[in-house]
Amino acid sequence: MAAVTLLETHGLTRRFGGLTAVDGVEFRLQEGEIRALIGPNGAGKTTFVSLISGRLRPTAGRVIFAGEDVTRLPAHARVMRGIAYTFQITSVFARMTLLDNVRLAVQRRMMQGWRGPDAAALDAAAMAVLDRVGLAARATETAGNLSYGHQRLLEVAMGLGLSPRLLILDEPTQGLSDAEIASFTALVREIAREATVLLIEHNMGVVMDLADRITVMERGQILAEGPPAAIRADAEVQRAYLGG
Amino acid sequence: MDLGPYLMLASLEGAVGAAVLALTALGLSLVFGVMRIVNVAHGEFYMLGAVLAWWVTSMIGGHPALGFVAAMVVAPLVVGLIAAAAERLVLRRLNYDPEATIVATIGLLYVIQQLALSTYGADARPVPAPIDFRIQFPWFGYSGYKLCVIVASAALMLGVWLVLTRTRAGLMMRATQYDPETARAFAIPVGRVYAGVFAAGAMLAALGAVLIVPIQQAHYLMGHDPLLLSFIVVIIGGLGSLRGTVLAAVIIGMSDGIISVFFSPTLAKILATLLVAFVLVWRPTGLFGARAA
Amino acid sequence: MSRAVGLHLGLLAALAAAQFLLPDYHHGNLARIMVLAAFASAYNITFGYAGMLSLGHAMFFGAGLYAAGLAAEFGGTAAPLGLVLGVLAGAIVATVVGLLALRTTGVSFMIVTLMFAQAGFLTVLYFGEFTRGDEGFVLAPAARTVLGLSLADPATRYWAALCVFGAVMLGSLALARSAFGRVLAAIRENEERTRMLGYDVFRAKLMALAVSGAMAGAAGAAYALLFGYVGATFASIQYSILPLLWVLMGGAATVLGPFLGTLLMFYLIDISSSFTTAHMMIVGFALIGLILFFPKGILGTLRERAAPWLP
Repeated sequence: MAAVTLLETHGLTRRFGGLTAVDGVEFRLQEGEIRALIGPNGAGKTTFVSLISGRLRPTAGRVIFAGEDVTRLPAHARVMRGIAYTFQITSVFARMTLLDNVRLAVQRRMMQGWRGPDAAALDAAAMAVLDRVGLAARATETAGNLSYGHQRLLEVAMGLGLSPRLLILDEPTQGLSDAEIASFTALVREIAREATVLLIEHNMGVVMDLADRITVMERGQILAEGPPAAIRADAEVQRAYLGG
Repeated sequence: MDLGPYLMLASLEGAVGAAVLALTALGLSLVFGVMRIVNVAHGEFYMLGAVLAWWVTSMIGGHPALGFVAAMVVAPLVVGLIAAAAERLVLRRLNYDPEATIVATIGLLYVIQQLALSTYGADARPVPAPIDFRIQFPWFGYSGYKLCVIVASAALMLGVWLVLTRTRAGLMMRATQYDPETARAFAIPVGRVYAGVFAAGAMLAALGAVLIVPIQQAHYLMGHDPLLLSFIVVIIGGLGSLRGTVLAAVIIGMSDGIISVFFSPTLAKILATLLVAFVLVWRPTGLFGARAA
Repeated sequence: MSRAVGLHLGLLAALAAAQFLLPDYHHGNLARIMVLAAFASAYNITFGYAGMLSLGHAMFFGAGLYAAGLAAEFGGTAAPLGLVLGVLAGAIVATVVGLLALRTTGVSFMIVTLMFAQAGFLTVLYFGEFTRGDEGFVLAPAARTVLGLSLADPATRYWAALCVFGAVMLGSLALARSAFGRVLAAIRENEERTRMLGYDVFRAKLMALAVSGAMAGAAGAAYALLFGYVGATFASIQYSILPLLWVLMGGAATVLGPFLGTLLMFYLIDISSSFTTAHMMIVGFALIGLILFFPKGILGTLRERAAPWLP
């Protein structure tokens, strides 16, 4: 089967005052792949995915998702098209239970207007999602009481609850222990069977392990792109990023 | 009377209002700028200043100027102490949460206002002007005291500016405004700066009230209009921008009289409040304010 | 029937029974409290559930009050139509204000709503020819009849107040338990996260404000029709602050909190006004005390400590 393009950007640019955080980026993502986005701090990675998810408006350029120009769509409408974003800084509803957190995500795609789905169907769907990330047993706990690692998992569960076509993970393994990272990697691989994953990540072990392709950003531009082995060998990347 | 002298009279009256308004709004702006909180009880500190001025002047006999000078000292001091106490007992405990602070200062508004009602009473009482001479223009005579109000207010604002730019206390305030965390790291007593700024803001309102009270009378509900006008001035002038505040006070104070000639005062107020709402919706940093960092 | 639904229907039943038990003075008070509690419940939708602190709800209450009052005075409308007009007026004013004010959040939202409400209050004074400004006007008895019964009659008035309050309270309960209610709670907790779950946050807040405005309009219209007096005081800033106080006291984001808070504050002010003219001081101290020591209010604290099922 020929690869289908899920997401592309053309000349995507974002300026903050005099600073150009993202500078004319041409980017293309195939359906079903796991793509890692790497680059030094301040390279514009988070700004770039914010432009894709709609949290920020571009200064210039276009975002095309599944063949549709979504550049003018607000963030919430893009979520409904299938772009889910998980926050870099954990951003769960701390005073609600895990189940309520995931319910809010699941409810969105089951809602018609402001009418919600029936309670049993909603609970079943939310529990299924919690089960996928291994938090089902703690469904009635308050999210704010979870350990940091578990909050990251809940964050991913909320992304999954949206049944996204594209799941954007912004530094998901930051602050996790090695054991947690291992199970997280397995989870992402499992998710990738149904959704395309775009991952900002600093942990090169995780990147090399998970990614089908890697995009390297520097100063708002794409410096290099290719499979892990090629990126590892790329001298320019070594100099810019790997600290060579 | 021809239009010229008439306009001159209106401008003079406007300038007096603008001078007191600038002083009062400056207090509100200072508190907002440094502490990032909105003090809804600001008008009550103003009222308290006027009521205290009446008290002091009626206790001290002799020449009216004697009592007035005493009031210029005593009223702001007492008001400042009350404000500092409120800051310690209430605002600090709320951690200066912006919304909770508004609710608390609404409460403070009622407490101060009703305390004034139950002690000072519901009557409006006059305070004699400290000086009594009229300046005779070719077309009309004008109260010399009112001109003194303009001069005194300008001098006080100059004083505030000097304190902010030339003294250590001013430096501390500006550092705290810029970033409280960093200020703390440089051993600036941020808590004391906040208490001081809150008191200073209230004192400016009280000073404005003492200046105005020989022209208007002291009344327990007199804080309402200055609060609203100060709000308007601070928002139009750019939140936290002192220069913008003074400029806006002058424009609004001066135009107040002129607008009221063409429209009814009520309509003028409706337009002013709507203008504030629209400025906040479309230009949150105010018309004259610089872009907030 | 769940425990929660039972509790709320039980309160309505108790209020219905109180009609036959209370002495005249408290009977009259309770009718007034129920109408004001409907207003407080309206405020609770935006402040409690959606987390939007408005300082302008007097304009929605006032919109209902004047829509019903002026229509009766100049159009000779019957009471039921007056109530419908009040609901519409409250909803429309809230929607228009919301379209503008909801571009701001936090302190700016508070000031913008305050300014719009102040403009509304001044508008009432400006058209004093029709509204009679501060002095207000009294509705003719003909305008205050429903199905041939006079709302001036204490028993009819009590039943009417109970109906309005019951409708608003059960509406709040339904909303709190609905999918929409959960979305509002999510917005209150974390607006940006809610947006990134695919919810149109602006529209949800606008709807909450419109529903709140409609309820406040209903309360305002009911106040005009039941007590027969329409005056500018009810559109003044004080009537934006009172519902905030009532809801804070009873417990924000609880369905019964607004009623409890209104009841307590009404009697606190009533009792204190018998020995001082400065009875509004109670309001000041209550606001400071609540925000400092008791920000969750009575039922909010109860829910936290003992009854997590309380809606």
